Amino acid sequence: MKVSLNWLREWVDTGDDVRGLAHALTMAGLEIEGVYRAGPELKGIVVGEVLAVQKHPDAEKLNVCRVTDGHEEVQIVCGAANVRAGMKAPLAKIGAILPNGTEIKKAKLRGVESFGMLCSAKELGIAEESSGLYDLPSELPRGEALATALSLDDTIFEVNLTPNRGDCMSVLGVAREVAAIRKQTLKPAARPAIAPAISDSFPIRLEAAAGCPKFVGRLIKGVNGSTKSPFWLQERLRRAGLRPINAIVDITNYVMLELGQPMHAYDSAMLRGAIVVRYARSNETLKLLDGRTIELTPDVLVIADETKTLGMAGVMGGEDSGISDSTADIFLEVAYFDPDTIAGRGRRYGLITDASQRFERGVDPKLQESAIERATQLLLECAGGKAGPIQVVRTEGASGRRDEIRLRHARVQRVLGVSVSSSDVVDCLQRLGITLQSSDLPQKNSSWTAKPPSWRFDLRIEEDLIEEVARLYGYDNIPEIDARAPQSIVSYTEAQVRNERAADLLVDRGYQEAITYTFTDAEAQAALCADAGLSLSNPISAEMGAMRVSLWPGLLQALRENQRRQQSRVRLFEVGRRYASDTGRETEVIAGLAAGRRVVEQWAVESSNVDFFDVKADIEALVALTGTSSEFRFVPEIHPALHPGQSARIYRSDQAVGWIGALHPQHVRRLDLTYPAILFEIETRTGLTARIPLYTEISKFPAIRRDIAVIVDESVPVASLSGVITDCAGSLLQDLVVLSVYRGQQIEKGKKSIALGMNLQDTSRTLADADADAIAAQIIERLSRQLNATIRDK
Amino acid sequence: MTESVPDLHQLIDSVRSEIAQTVSIDQLEQIRVRLLGKKGEITAQLKSLGAMDPEARRAAGAKINEAKEALTSALDLQRSALEERKLAEQLASDAIDVTLPGRGQTIGGLHPVTRVRRRIEQIFRAAGFTIADGPEIEDDWHNFEALNIPANHPARAMHDTFYFPDGRLLRTHTSPVQVRVMQAQEPPVRVIVPGRVYRNDSDMTHTPMFHQVEGLVIDEGISFANLKAILHGFMKALFEKDVKMRLRPSYFPFTEPSAEVDISCVSCGGSGCRVCKNTGWVEVAGCGVVHPNVLRAVNIDTERYTGYAFGMGIDRLTMLRYNVNDIRMYFENDLRFLRQFV
Repeated sequence: MKVSLNWLREWVDTGDDVRGLAHALTMAGLEIEGVYRAGPELKGIVVGEVLAVQKHPDAEKLNVCRVTDGHEEVQIVCGAANVRAGMKAPLAKIGAILPNGTEIKKAKLRGVESFGMLCSAKELGIAEESSGLYDLPSELPRGEALATALSLDDTIFEVNLTPNRGDCMSVLGVAREVAAIRKQTLKPAARPAIAPAISDSFPIRLEAAAGCPKFVGRLIKGVNGSTKSPFWLQERLRRAGLRPINAIVDITNYVMLELGQPMHAYDSAMLRGAIVVRYARSNETLKLLDGRTIELTPDVLVIADETKTLGMAGVMGGEDSGISDSTADIFLEVAYFDPDTIAGRGRRYGLITDASQRFERGVDPKLQESAIERATQLLLECAGGKAGPIQVVRTEGASGRRDEIRLRHARVQRVLGVSVSSSDVVDCLQRLGITLQSSDLPQKNSSWTAKPPSWRFDLRIEEDLIEEVARLYGYDNIPEIDARAPQSIVSYTEAQVRNERAADLLVDRGYQEAITYTFTDAEAQAALCADAGLSLSNPISAEMGAMRVSLWPGLLQALRENQRRQQSRVRLFEVGRRYASDTGRETEVIAGLAAGRRVVEQWAVESSNVDFFDVKADIEALVALTGTSSEFRFVPEIHPALHPGQSARIYRSDQAVGWIGALHPQHVRRLDLTYPAILFEIETRTGLTARIPLYTEISKFPAIRRDIAVIVDESVPVASLSGVITDCAGSLLQDLVVLSVYRGQQIEKGKKSIALGMNLQDTSRTLADADADAIAAQIIERLSRQLNATIRDK
Repeated sequence: MTESVPDLHQLIDSVRSEIAQTVSIDQLEQIRVRLLGKKGEITAQLKSLGAMDPEARRAAGAKINEAKEALTSALDLQRSALEERKLAEQLASDAIDVTLPGRGQTIGGLHPVTRVRRRIEQIFRAAGFTIADGPEIEDDWHNFEALNIPANHPARAMHDTFYFPDGRLLRTHTSPVQVRVMQAQEPPVRVIVPGRVYRNDSDMTHTPMFHQVEGLVIDEGISFANLKAILHGFMKALFEKDVKMRLRPSYFPFTEPSAEVDISCVSCGGSGCRVCKNTGWVEVAGCGVVHPNVLRAVNIDTERYTGYAFGMGIDRLTMLRYNVNDIRMYFENDLRFLRQFV
């Protein structure tokens, strides 16, 4: 909200320290976001009057003008089409500097001398666009500095109001706040009531008692609908960010800005029968001023006459009853609407208006009479006409009475943590217009009954008053006090690998943490995961339209963009949630990818790209943190994102906890990746619960090593071999290592040779060579029987 | 027959010079065998003593032993000299260029937001807070109603909410976790809630997803003054600077009194710069005393207990901590950006 300081000064003494005032308001909760001049300085530019205009002898489009500033006459050559004798226009004299930096000098145009310049609004930096000279109001005195004449010597405060302070959405409201903060009194507005000159009135019927408890109306006849409002009034609207339209509309807006009371003027010739305030009927439609037609729901309050809907109450008027140039008689609507009845209604139709913002936050229910008097006064001055009597209609029980609030002195200290004297409490609240009654028991001034002023809708409970005390007492004056908290022990589990530890492990193994958006492109996700994901109703864009079912779409996008930025080696991981596409159930996972070189380019390592087994080692390290590596199995399974021959589901015992695999070549092509990627994902809750270590006795007896090499069919996985070995060797097997996997010349096609090393050890005795040989023989026998293995290099 | 004792001096002198000229342990060993081995010259002479009469044997024996000792010591001396030389040669040939880079895997790094999030968690954990968590897909009640933001409340306009077709939404703040914590736990409550939150807003200074950390303390005798102390202590700890802090009255439906938290600009120290838009202050948090309606919604006795709550943007704190000037960098995951925070 923009507030003119000059306007504010009509209501309260603000002092001269503008920065200080802005700071004081900010520290009292009315954040002043910006302080700026209302207009440019315009040194050397005055109100000029054109006395005579003659065609330039040698230029079709130029005129030679005689212009006066009241003291001296000068000759100016001017190219503007709208220049005419008798007009007042901005005169930049020799030596003046325009806002764009141009200095005005004596000049000669096509042989004729020119001693200054007549200016347009644009040239003065007052308007964005303008055509021709700025045609100034004729009442402006000749020779006066233009900035003064246009009262540009004003400061604008940009106020960022919080939604609870509807009472400050006016010059009056801000003035009240200044008065309270600065311990000033408001300047009384000496505005006598306008006596009715005619007796005409217009019927008003309130059919929504709670929604509109009070309606004040007035007929004014014989106005000039085409009148423009005076310059000063237009200028004030502009400074508040409103566009001047005509005198009648401008005045309703002016009173709203000044007092905070939105109002509406109808062309009474368009009204039929009576003004009715009621809830919308089902299927009722309304054509808005912006041209749209909307369908109203029955909880929307409307203003209507006997035949048609005139507008959405407290939000926006309709098209059919507005003021036009031919309007002669007007009816003013100044109503009090219940905030809850207005709240959210306009927003539902995309309408957030100056009126709805004020009504839904609460307009002072006592304000309507003075607002209509103020508007009448301005209307009669500007647009003429004769006013009828003020009509006030109220519904039953519409007192606008506010509940009293009990305030305990002890509670003030309890909430704020500082002792504020009872006289300070009383002083702070009274400055805000809150009336207090001290209750005598148990002791005087230990509690009060408080009654907030009619404009403060936000003050409802004891804490609201305590905040008011704190605000005026000054948040800065409340000390910082450490809470005295009892010491207590908080549980801290060891049975879960912390995300921090898991992330650190990946970082230490060369991965960079990423954070990607949790919403993604549904189509791309469907292509990658065969699951489009849960759609948002109102996404930012289609590319962010659905919740991710996997972290891979986001990570792959990051990979692609990094590859485009010439990052050939990319290792990323993310800790985050995925969302089930049916229920939205959230599962936290650690997911990642690796692409490009296995290690950064370096002098002593052969250059090769990362493959499945590099990443598998990272995952094995990750799950080793649980202390239960043997519970994890990698089982070949198909995932739509992964290469069918290079993908595995990760199981922990029988529970699926993750995936690992190479990105499917078709996705590599679709995503146009320079280097293919290996992907992984593991659930944190199920995959990374940890075993608390339990010490076991270290064997005192030596271990025996036996290596075996067998030839098996390509289709036999190593896991099958190690399964047989583990089964045979039982608890004696301390360690089993895959030494080599070989295919080639000496091996029959379709077969592979696998060498395995075993460490055998007993905890109760020294194993003899014969024992180890027996076990090895048994293993070989079972491998050949169960897996059709043959011994190599017998 | 009397045999004369041989003159050994000459032998010693010639062998000594021979020893001194050896260049290998092998050569040295050959000399030792020639003189002192089983069939060596000196050994033979010792053997011949047996044939002598006792007196001559004694004299000759002494001389021979003297010679043997002299030669043994010369051999030992040369041996250790040769070994020393050999070691020196080995060391010289083993020498490497220690300025060559190391080999193998290099480390990655954490996201800057994670770095700051961890700091926040560590600082509050040390002050006795626990870390709580809640769903990101929330219902209207937890995100709004229970926080004293009824359906048509103007404050809802400040929360550009993402909705799902079934009426659920993406949480617009971490505050719904306050409600969940208080539903699950009796006071005293002392938690922080870091996590992702969402608003339908995307421009130069807003991303539709960002990170917040919520703090909530409910106990007997908790006041606004305690809130000021914990926040100021936290800000000083986070930035490792003696930052100034000020609270400005503000409005949140779920706290009363409410405040915005400004700290003196950590970039310029308060003298005014681009970061603080020349005001000397940067806004870093919102906070307040928990509104009685919020406590009542979860059946906490408002006469017995009071509490405070605060919410901070982790992304914003990260910008201030690491001098990041474009919030949109966080989720672009450009390695050239991310690698700066190792």
